[in-house]
This record gives sequence, structure tokens and C-alpha cells, in this order.
Amino acid sequence: MKILVTVKRVEDYESKIKVKPDNTWIVTEGVNYRANPFDEIAVEEALRLRDANMPSEVVAVSIGSGTAQAEIRSALAMGADRGILVKHDGFLDSDAVARILVKVVEKEKPDLILMGKQAVDVDDNVCGQLLAEYLGYGQATFASKKESLESAEEKAKKPGLKLGADKKTMQVVREVDGGVETLELQLPAVVTVDLRLNIPRYASLPNIMKAKKKPIEEIAPGVDVSPKVKVVKVEAPPARAAGVKVPDVATLVQKLHDEAKVV
Amino acid sequence: MATILVVGEQAHGQLKKATLNALTAAQQLAQKNGGQIHGVVVGGAGEELAQFVQNVHFVQNAQFEHALAETHAAAVAEAAKKIGATDVVIAATAYGKDIAPRVAAKLGAGIASDVLAVVSANQFKRAMWAGNAIATVEVTTPVKVITVRTTEFPVAQKAGSPGQAQQLEVAAPQAKTKFLEFNEVKSARPELTEASVVVSGGRGTKGDFKPIEQLADVLGAAVGASRAVVDAGWQPNDLQVGQTGKVVAPKLYIAAGISGAIQHLAGMKGSKTIVAINKDPEAPIFQVADYGLVADLFKALPELSEEVKKLK
Ligand SMILES: Cc1cc2nc3c(=O)[nH]c(=O)nc-3n(C[C@H](O)[C@H](O)[C@H](O)COP(=O)(O)OP(=O)(O)OC[C@H]3O[C@@H](n4cnc5c(N)ncnc54)[C@H](O)[C@@H]3O)c2cc1C
Ligand SMILES: Nc1ncnc2c1ncn2[C@@H]1O[C@H](COP(=O)(O)O)[C@@H](O)[C@H]1O
Repeated sequence: MKILVTVKRVEDYESKIKVKPDNTWIVTEGVNYRANPFDEIAVEEALRLRDANMPSEVVAVSIGSGTAQAEIRSALAMGADRGILVKHDGFLDSDAVARILVKVVEKEKPDLILMGKQAVDVDDNVCGQLLAEYLGYGQATFASKKESLESAEEKAKKPGLKLGADKKTMQVVREVDGGVETLELQLPAVVTVDLRLNIPRYASLPNIMKAKKKPIEEIAPGVDVSPKVKVVKVEAPPARAAGVKVPDVATLVQKLHDEAKVV
Repeated sequence: MATILVVGEQAHGQLKKATLNALTAAQQLAQKNGGQIHGVVVGGAGEELAQFVQNVHFVQNAQFEHALAETHAAAVAEAAKKIGATDVVIAATAYGKDIAPRVAAKLGAGIASDVLAVVSANQFKRAMWAGNAIATVEVTTPVKVITVRTTEFPVAQKAGSPGQAQQLEVAAPQAKTKFLEFNEVKSARPELTEASVVVSGGRGTKGDFKPIEQLADVLGAAVGASRAVVDAGWQPNDLQVGQTGKVVAPKLYIAAGISGAIQHLAGMKGSKTIVAINKDPEAPIFQVADYGLVADLFKALPELSEEVKKLK
């Protein structure tokens, strides 16, 4: 099985994010970068699926400037076999990313495309669905599993996505409003992952060394990347007025009743 | 002139309330543009939507029974083409997020997701970086798709006189996806995104949600949770409040044993009154709380339940 997994370079969620004074973007100086956390979950799942279904291959793809090499390397250090960097400097909207990925899929012909449900920079949550539609594939968004992240299944690092015996279908449990749904996808298909699918592994030092030798191919977008959705302004969110500390429950209830009038 | 298609969401033939929040966004868009609003709903509830929208198209046949993104997006796109829609508006629920991008791809439309405000005919506000920034985005395509954050738009009112619901004949595409099962999490409490009071618990509960649930029941509140709680399997996933969970904006939000990570705040900062109960006086949750109580939740919450009962 060949699995294509996407890895976006994003601002580290532990870095302080501030809006630029000219309201064009956020301040990027002093900010750390890393792979989108959802994409790490996608990589982990790809590796588990590969190892449970050998021979298989995991290809990590990122779209961005040369610096995104680092996030491909971290996927390779986790265990992915090779990387593809689609090189483009500057802003790309999620639609352009999806159309670039169509080209990569046409070239690589993977059986499964694993992505994060959302990139935690733009918080779009659209790329996987767009890609699935452009390819005419089935999709399962918000992939999860029934067992918790503290279950024996997770400790045993079992894949949460279940490949059918004929290797042509895949069962996916997904998080939806009001419960969990199970779908069966005909492969090839697009799956976007949610937080409860797995706990991604850390790369070991030997694997980080090994990853340095794994190949990363660099290609051009090959599509018109002019955005359908442009960012015209970025502002700081409205601040909440500072509140007060109350000494005890009685005072809290009195304030909620008399001041806030909510109980 | 705009032709706006608002997409209804239904379960068991009943319209979901989120549709009415999306309708308000559509009405705001119509005010900016001048134009007409149509509705479409796949799988039933056409008559119900017609209480609110004049022209309703519904798709009802067995092929659309399950909300598969492939088939439902195809039906919505058909309706959009039929009426010559310039805008398609959907609530950013799990269903809306699943189908809207596919509708956009079919229509060659740009998509703005989880929209907080309609700025103009083609500009919208939306949160990025876990709500650390609010962006104004411009959709440059002739047809636009937006999904809307329900908490930012009030529920639309019934129309003066009911509209017309007519069946739209669409052939379902051969889906490459098969529905197998749905495990519903049943709860007698109000739905998280619709409740006017939410009581949420975090890792500080150590998995014991009894004090949270007791207070919720005294207040007629919904129960919410932080990611830590849901990851541990202590509560079902659809109770997660935050950047990557549910966004809520109740009248009163009570956070107990929650530290207040930015990803959690992204889902509840819009609440009118916020109460934080945490035994660590330095917990970041206190920075957004109107009323903070430094206390052990296992002591404070039962007391709170008792005090509130006395008021009633
Ligand atoms: C990509 C990504 C997405 C995420 N999305 C979300 C999201 O949508 N929603 C979300 O919530 N998180 C999300 N997170 C996780 C977030 O960063 C935090 O890890 C999480 O919110 C912490 O949960 P918590 O506050 O319950 O736990 P902790 O941070 O461990 O806090 C527990 C708190 O309980 C207090 N406490 C302990 N015992 C008691 C007691 N007896 N009485 C009173 N107080 C007590 C402690 O002082 C502490 O402040 C996300 C993270 C990432 C990386
Ligand atoms: N520039 C990119 N490079 C690689 N993957 C991306 C890129 N942008 C988006 N993606 C993928 O698409 C997913 C959803 O992103 P989005 O829809 O933009 O929130 C992410 O989790 C990534 O897996």
C-alpha cells in the first residue's frame, strides 16, 4: 500500500502569536515552527498502517518555502520513507494547496491520502475535502477510533483505520456531532484525522540520523496558485475586560445573581 | 443582485437549529448585496425550512438517507446551479464542515470557513491561530461558499407567511463511501452549542464528573470538557470545547479544573459571563474569567449547587 501524508509547517502553538502593527499578518520573528499537530497524527497513522501491511510505503509531502524541508525531515525521522517538497514562497490558500495536491496524487497514485483535519495556523478545515472532491474520491473527515488514547489498543500502537481484507476498502470511525459514525471507503480515498486517532511517536536519535539520508524530491506547484480567498487584514481579537477573584462560593453566587444576573 | 442558498441540516427529518443561525448570516449577506434567499435541505425537513425561507428545495429519496459528503454535496451543488446561486451559506457544524468544501469545489467557488461576521458582499471575518488573530478574508470568485460559526449569528425568526417547499429531483452520484453505523451519544441535558449555561470540567476532575453534572442539572446546563478529559476517554468527544472542538457562547460558562490553554479559550471566550474554579491561583483561565474562585472543585462545586438550589 502506498500512503501519501501531508505535513504543513505552522507556527508552534506554544509560541506567542501577535498581530503585526500594520495589520497585514502576524509577527513571525521569534516564533518557532513545527509540523501541524494534526499532521503528526496523520504521519503516525500512516506508519502504523504501513507496518501492519508490508510491503507499503509512506510518502510525506509539504507545500511551502524551502524551510518546510524541516517538517518533511521530522516526518522522515518518525519513519516515513521519502519526502516531496512542492516549493512555493508566499501565501497559498487552501484551495491552491488542494489543487497542487491533485498533481502530486496524479504522479504518485497513492492508495490512501492522510491529512490533518485542520492546519492550526489558518484553521480552515477544508483542504482534505477539497482534494477529495477534485479527485472524485470518497472521504472520511475527523477520523478517530472507538478506543480511548489510554486504551490497550493505543498502547499496542494498533492502527485505528482498518484496511479491508481485500485491501481495497478501509473502515474509518469519525467524530461527528452527537456521536461517532463508521464509514467504509473505497480506496483510493482521503482521510483527515482528528485528535483521538493516536498519540504520535517521538523520533529517536538514530532515526533522526537515518532521516538525513532519506530522499526529498523538490517540485514546482504546476498549477495556477492565485488565491480564491485572500487575507486582506489581520487584527488582534477583542480583549476581555479583567474580572475579579471572589473569596468564597457565597460571594460568587451573590455576584452571579445580583451583578451578572445569570442565575 | 445576489442569490443566496442557505443549506439546511436535519436529523431524523427535523431541522437542526444551527440552520437558523446560518440563515441569519444569509440575511445579513442579502442586506449587503440586495438579493434573494433560497433554502435547500437534503433528506427531509423541507416544510420546516419553508417556515423561515420563501423558496425551499428539498431532496428526499433513499439514496440520500445517510449524510455522505459525496452525495449531499452533489445535491447542494445541483440546487445551487439550478437557482444560479452566487452564495452558499452553511452552518460550520460537523456536517457543514464535511460537505461545504466539496460544494465549493463543484462550483469553482472560493470558501471562507467558520465565518464570524459578514463585512461586505465578499469580505468576511474569521479566526486564525486559535483565535489569536481575527482575519478579514476576501473571496474573489463569482460564486462564494461560506460556513458560519453559529454562536456569532442569532437564530432567525419565522417568516410572516410560510414559503414553498418543492422537491428537487437529483440523481445521487455513485458514492465511493458506505455508511456502516452511527453510535449516538444520548444525553438528557441540553445540547452544548445551544445551551444558555455550560458547566465544563478539565483534567482537575480526575475523571470524576459527578460534581460537574450535579451543578449542570441544578442550572439546566449542558456539560462541556477540555481536550485532556476527552483524550482520556472520560467524556465523549463531542463535549470538547475549543479551537478544534465545539465553540460555545452561553450566557454563563463555568470552567472547573481547566487550566485555560489558548486552544480551550478559543472555544469559550465569547461567553457572556465566565466563572473559573481552579486551585492554582496562577492558572491562565483566570485571565478571561469575570469571576474567579481559587478552590478545590470537589468542595466548591457541591457548595455552589446547594447555594443555587436555595435561590430557586
Ligand atoms: C492541536 C491542538 C488542539 C487542541 N485543541 C483543544 C481544544 O479544542 N480544546 C481544549 O480544551 N484543549 C485543546 N488542546 C489542548 C490544550 O492545549 C490543553 O492541553 C488542554 O486544554 C488542557 O486541558 P485541562 O485544562 O483540562 O488540563 P490541565 O492543563 O492539566 O489543567 C488542569 C487544571 O486543573 C486544576 N486542578 C487540578 N485539580 C484541581 C481541583 N481538585 N480543583 C480545582 N482545580 C484543580 C489545575 O490547577 C490545572 O489548572 C489542543 C492542543 C493542541 C496541540
Ligand atoms: N502547505 C501545506 N502543505 C502540506 N499540507 C498542507 C498544506 N496546507 C494544508 N495542508 C494539509 O491540509 C490539512 C488541512 O488544512 P486546512 O484545510 O488548510 O486547515 C492540514 O492538516 C495539512 O495536512
